[in-house]
Amino acid sequence: MTDATAADLPASGGRPNKSILVEDALTRRRNRSEKRFMLYGLGAITISLLVLFIMLFTIFRDGTSAFFQASLSFPVTLDAEQLDEDGNRDPAEMASVTTIGYGNLLRASLVDYLAAEGISTDEIEEGNVGSLISRDGPAQLRDRVLADPDLIGQTVDVKIFATSRLDGYLKGRVTMETALLDSNVSPEQLQLADRLSEAGILTTAFNLQFLTAADASDQRPEAAGLGVAIIGSAYMMLLVLIMALPIGVAASIYLEEFAPKNWITDVIEVNISNLAAVPSIVYGILGLALFINFAGLPQSSTLVGALVLTLMTLPTIIIATRASLRAVPPSIRDAALGVGASKMQTVFHHVLPLAMPGILTGTILGLATALGETAPLLLIGMVAFVGDYPASPLDGGFLDPATALPVQVYAWASRSDPAFIERSSGAIIVLLGFLLVMNAVAIVLRRRFERRW
Amino acid sequence: MSVFFLFAFIAVLAVAGYVVCRRRALASADGNIRCMHSLPSHYGWHGAIMAAVPALFGLAIWLLAQPLVIERQLQNYFPPEQVENPSAMTLLMGDVRRVAAGIDVAVARGALSETEASELNTASTDVRQALAAVGVALGAQVTPQVLAAAQDYRASATFGAIGRSILVIVLALAGFAYAVRITDRDFRARNRVERVSLALLALASVIAILTTIGIVLSLLSESARFFTFYPVGDFFFGLTWSPNFRGNSELGLLPLLWGTLYISLVAMIVAVPLGIFAAIYLAEYASPTARSILKPMIEIIAGIPTVVFGLFALVTVGPFLRDYFAQPLGLGNSGSSVMTAGIVIGILNIPFISSLSDDIINAVPQSMRDGSLGLGATKSETIKQVVLPAALPGIVGAVLMAASRAIGETMIVTMGAGAAARMDLNPFEAMTTITVKIVSQLTGDTEFNSPETLVAFALGLTLFVFTLVLNIVALLIVRRYREQYE
Repeated sequence: MTDATAADLPASGGRPNKSILVEDALTRRRNRSEKRFMLYGLGAITISLLVLFIMLFTIFRDGTSAFFQASLSFPVTLDAEQLDEDGNRDPAEMASVTTIGYGNLLRASLVDYLAAEGISTDEIEEGNVGSLISRDGPAQLRDRVLADPDLIGQTVDVKIFATSRLDGYLKGRVTMETALLDSNVSPEQLQLADRLSEAGILTTAFNLQFLTAADASDQRPEAAGLGVAIIGSAYMMLLVLIMALPIGVAASIYLEEFAPKNWITDVIEVNISNLAAVPSIVYGILGLALFINFAGLPQSSTLVGALVLTLMTLPTIIIATRASLRAVPPSIRDAALGVGASKMQTVFHHVLPLAMPGILTGTILGLATALGETAPLLLIGMVAFVGDYPASPLDGGFLDPATALPVQVYAWASRSDPAFIERSSGAIIVLLGFLLVMNAVAIVLRRRFERRW
Repeated sequence: MSVFFLFAFIAVLAVAGYVVCRRRALASADGNIRCMHSLPSHYGWHGAIMAAVPALFGLAIWLLAQPLVIERQLQNYFPPEQVENPSAMTLLMGDVRRVAAGIDVAVARGALSETEASELNTASTDVRQALAAVGVALGAQVTPQVLAAAQDYRASATFGAIGRSILVIVLALAGFAYAVRITDRDFRARNRVERVSLALLALASVIAILTTIGIVLSLLSESARFFTFYPVGDFFFGLTWSPNFRGNSELGLLPLLWGTLYISLVAMIVAVPLGIFAAIYLAEYASPTARSILKPMIEIIAGIPTVVFGLFALVTVGPFLRDYFAQPLGLGNSGSSVMTAGIVIGILNIPFISSLSDDIINAVPQSMRDGSLGLGATKSETIKQVVLPAALPGIVGAVLMAASRAIGETMIVTMGAGAAARMDLNPFEAMTTITVKIVSQLTGDTEFNSPETLVAFALGLTLFVFTLVLNIVALLIVRRYREQYE
């Protein structure tokens, strides 16, 4: 019966007779649209990843050179006449010689040395030869002499940063054409730089100071470093970990295991999801109003930064922790309760240890977000210039002004000198390095303790 | 006694409480655990909790209350008729605190003896110079009232520190003694320890509520102060934004709101199609291997700090758009523009939309797809006609969440969008947003009594309300939708 109807269908249904083996126009169109649709998806992914790679590529292209720095090495005669007039080597009296005095000394020594080495400086005025030396140099030399007064009268070899323009020339950022338009460097100086590099006086080497030194002023990009920012970020991460992990875990345990299901806990729950989505700058305003204006904690301090970041990361940690508590099967709880453990013992002796890997993973990822957060820290003054390292935590270092890695990136990016853009990208490389390590730790933890029930 | 030392004292006493109470409980049962009500460690914990918790609470309350009490007391020095308004009072209090801190430093460095410090007066010594000598810079000349108040402040603070130490030590010792006295084998230590732990756990979850209350209160109170300086109507409906720190500012919200919404719109035009198509590909077309590689790679985008995107916008995207689009098209020559910030925020938002949508598309039951495919629909037709409509509420929720992130995004707009408050349609012009202005009004040297600074709080309130509404709507949509298939 059915066979008969089926056989009759083409004729009686009025549909054209066609074979499934031959593509008709409609099928072709449908297949094409199928293909197109898939390509849209693939295209979306390609575009996203392409932009990601372009971004990382430009950052690394611009930033790797920040780890290298050109410096000039030449001998300096530390003239006793100039540095210690009375000749009694009293540090207090020697301190009256300012960096200007040391600057003159360095400049004169460089000119003399070039003359002795037979490098012609004819086409440049004497003063402009000296302006190849970074303004950081005299300060360093002064510190060195004050630390060791016996150096006075001797001839010592110094290795001193070249200015950022010279450094940029060796890295290809500054060219003869840009030098013509630049009041800070002249093409003649760049030609001299060529001769200096040939003679081995001007060399480029790995710049450890970029990782250890404090930030430097607008005039001396070559001397600026990330030291204070790294310490500040480390302090904040430590404090956030100390505050956010216990509070976050405690809150999650209560909400997941003990809280009665009523409107109060429902409000808390919705509230936590909302807090996770509040713009970070609002936390900055909160920190400013609450911790600085109301509680009177010092601006720019790592403690305030950490408090703000803690409040920000708490929702993330709570959400992650609740998910991993929920993933522990009820049979574990039932077994523990069955042998007479109290609810509290069940949670703390059995559920929590099993959920720990998930909790740690979530915490590390939360910390990683906090490490990269910038906007709220701007509001509590962490963008301010900080020239000194904060003290160690035991000496109240958490209250000292400091800065943080992402804020340093922002601060450098907003300065006008292009050398700071290079530094900014270099700082991002360091920041991404830390993030990579944290994420790798999170992934390893997850893999290592992954458990299927 | 410093706070740090008090903490150390409490910690030592807590450890002692643990050891002593555990020993005592065991001794009272002659070492036979079976005669005891609770495990030995419970008695120990009870001792530790009794020594530490009340003392810590006492310390916390004292630390919170002391500044308030002292401030109230110092207000006697400044009769209300002399002080114009509450914010002038706040400034005076700041001066008092700074002078007091300066004197503290001077005493600590040995420049002043304790008696000299308490006998300082403005007639005989120039306090500002004396403090400058020890490296404390004061903005203005010290008036006799401020100096007197500062000395009173120091005296009260010293007195407060002594009172605080006594309170904390007494609380800790009393708790310790109580725990030791009450501990014997019949004492129900476990019940009490668990009740206290439960209370502490509940307290931790209240912090989330307190944060919200803190945000709302700080925004509301400072905004209220702003609106005493500046009319509400002018703020919400003003068409010009030109802050001027010498006064006469025009602080209209609308140009900022326009910039914010315009940039967010561009961002969503970039992010929504890319995010949804990426999610569709990942959920429906990608092989398991491809998915396991591609999905984390897209999520990397979400893990990169926004300041990195900001630099990317500033250094790469901005100049590129200017050189290849804006200038050839004659639309302007600004590197910072709505397009720059919008595109980069859009890229940043792709992973949020794609991950959320991906989860939601995966939650659509396979039977619905099978039904559609069985009727002869192609895969793309199934997705368009069956899967997407079923997943639509969830996707809308995801898009709303992404929009709220775009509105609240700060670093990218600060670095890529410019600072000019204007209401223009040209997407290659620099415009500014609410978040940019919050940052620029609050960074640098700020005194909190001018409308130019306080406006940031009103802006923050607007932003908070905006994103809160979007988030709640998104949350409700996602929640309701998810329940359908569970």
